[in-house]
Amino acid sequence: MSIFIDEKTKLVVQGITGRDGSFHSSQMIEYGTQVVAGVTPGKGGQKFEDKVPVFNTMAEAVEATGANASVIYVPATFAADAIIEAGDADVALIVCITEGLPVQDMTRVIPFLAERNIRLIGPNCPGLISPGKSKVGIIPATICAEGRVGLVSRSGTLTYEIVHQLTTSGIGQSTCIGIGGDPIIGTNFIDCLEAFQADDETDAIVMMGEIGGTDEQKAAEYVAANVTKPVVGFIAGQTAPPGRRMGHAGAIISGSAGTAAEKMEAFRKAGIGVMERPADVVKLIKERL
Amino acid sequence: MNLHEYQARELLKEAGIAVPDGDVADTPEAVEKIAERLGGKVVVKAQVHAGGRGKAGGVKLADTAAEAKEHARAILGMEIKGLTVEKVLVAPAEDIATESYVGVIVDRESQRAVVMVSPEGGVDIEEVAAKTPEKIFKVAVDPRYGLLAHEAMGLAFELFDDIKLVRQAAGIISKLYQVFVSSGASLIEINPLVSTPEGTVKALDAKLGVDDNELGRKPKIEALRDLSSEDPSEVDAREAGLSFIKLDGNVGCCVNGAGLAMATMDLVKYYGGDPANFLDIGGSSNPQKVVTALEIITRDKNVKAILFNIFGGITRCDDVANGIVTALDQTEIKVPLVIRLTGTNEAEGIKILEDRGLSALTDMDDAVEKAVAMAKEAA
Repeated sequence: MSIFIDEKTKLVVQGITGRDGSFHSSQMIEYGTQVVAGVTPGKGGQKFEDKVPVFNTMAEAVEATGANASVIYVPATFAADAIIEAGDADVALIVCITEGLPVQDMTRVIPFLAERNIRLIGPNCPGLISPGKSKVGIIPATICAEGRVGLVSRSGTLTYEIVHQLTTSGIGQSTCIGIGGDPIIGTNFIDCLEAFQADDETDAIVMMGEIGGTDEQKAAEYVAANVTKPVVGFIAGQTAPPGRRMGHAGAIISGSAGTAAEKMEAFRKAGIGVMERPADVVKLIKERL
Repeated sequence: MNLHEYQARELLKEAGIAVPDGDVADTPEAVEKIAERLGGKVVVKAQVHAGGRGKAGGVKLADTAAEAKEHARAILGMEIKGLTVEKVLVAPAEDIATESYVGVIVDRESQRAVVMVSPEGGVDIEEVAAKTPEKIFKVAVDPRYGLLAHEAMGLAFELFDDIKLVRQAAGIISKLYQVFVSSGASLIEINPLVSTPEGTVKALDAKLGVDDNELGRKPKIEALRDLSSEDPSEVDAREAGLSFIKLDGNVGCCVNGAGLAMATMDLVKYYGGDPANFLDIGGSSNPQKVVTALEIITRDKNVKAILFNIFGGITRCDDVANGIVTALDQTEIKVPLVIRLTGTNEAEGIKILEDRGLSALTDMDDAVEKAVAMAKEAA
């Protein structure tokens, strides 16, 4: 199983000829992901690495290859349009790696996809990997290992840190997914928790949150009511001052809301094992498995 | 990016929203001239990016132009929440019958722009929301259609009974939503929106926060940026493509990725230290970014040790190592460096450092503990 992607995922890369797009397409192909097409307007008819056909539009790419997922590496100014184009081509899953999308663009994207029942992961995220099966995005495959812990996170490199800690302690992962650090995102914590709870190859869940918003608090309520598998969690930004945006557009404490203390308390109340620091993940997971 | 009140009210005026006459000035003499032109009672308002200006003494009423000049002398140069007042807005003092609140924000929960109004204006709206949430009225806007006319009217009826005032308010609410969209705002507020005894509805104050991700395609808004109102190090960092926030501690932090940067600060605290800053060098690993990052961190005289925490993904460890070495070649760095490098091209990165007589750790906890200890020793 694993969640959202597996060996049957057939992927189109939007922006396959760009600097980041081409580098990570090679990495995904090397990992074994089925990259069936690329899209770059004006480069239709070319081949990426002599084997992956490049199309001008998503509609052509999906029509010709039967792709069911897309990953986006196009610049921020074009990224919202790229998501909508992928949605119109009717892929089931869209992963947007691009960061810096204007939040008002996202208010248009979300209802467009919701009407078509399409899953978006991101934007401003590292994507996801189901070790041994498929990788969509930029998570370095070398730090992952096959196993039975599911991981969901709002950040990129902090996700790598945790995966690295797990892997070096002999704990593998079913799926690792970065949902992104923006205020408006597609797939949220609850969507991932629901999927991990339903996945018979996942035994425990790690949730990496951060300051800003109330998604972690809502996720904690969801865990208390619906998740029977053990969950451990971390909140980044315990020392962040209020009112300052800590890099991620979504990581800002406004008024008294969205603090790390408030979120950690919500985790504790829901029976989630709270990590004081990243390295605690190993001990907490081992205690619960 | 936040706009000043005088900039925001200009955008409202361009959109056809009634705002009182007035002008901005940076000397007491210029303030006097504006007050003479306006005639009668005026208000002198400090232009800084901080709330609570009134409480801090940054907003004063004056009966005469001479008095306005005196107030300006006191307000210009004063500090409000650590920010120096460089400019004041001078506007006629209005007769006020009622004060309301109108705002538009991007709401994370509904994932839409939400228009909010409250008949409780002129006070902190977060306080109203906490104490009397029933006095706040909201509409989540469908971006396909924009704010609909009847939605604006419905909100305006929550503020006024008199249909003449309702129509004026509805017009202002609709136009405010348009400015929200056209300026790429993440927040726009009129607080207070007032009605006068003569029955006119006006925007007496304006607040506008722009989504930084919009600035690339909104050059007219970007041009309103007031560099003098920002920390110089934060300006330099932004221009170099770094995300930097100055804090009060003594352990300088240089990290790739916002989440890991926050977690690194937290870990500094966990081991009994205090972070001097938040700094995210971002995803791409241009060595020059690392040079600039080190330059900005070492400018802070409180810094007693510098901690690099790099988990290579897109960022390559060898690029970061090259940046560190280049920075050391260019300037003498007097505080100790503690470097943690792991991930993409880790071996190459460590070799570059070792060739320069530096060493690197691979574990985050080890590195943070060491940096905290070194900062304590030096302090």
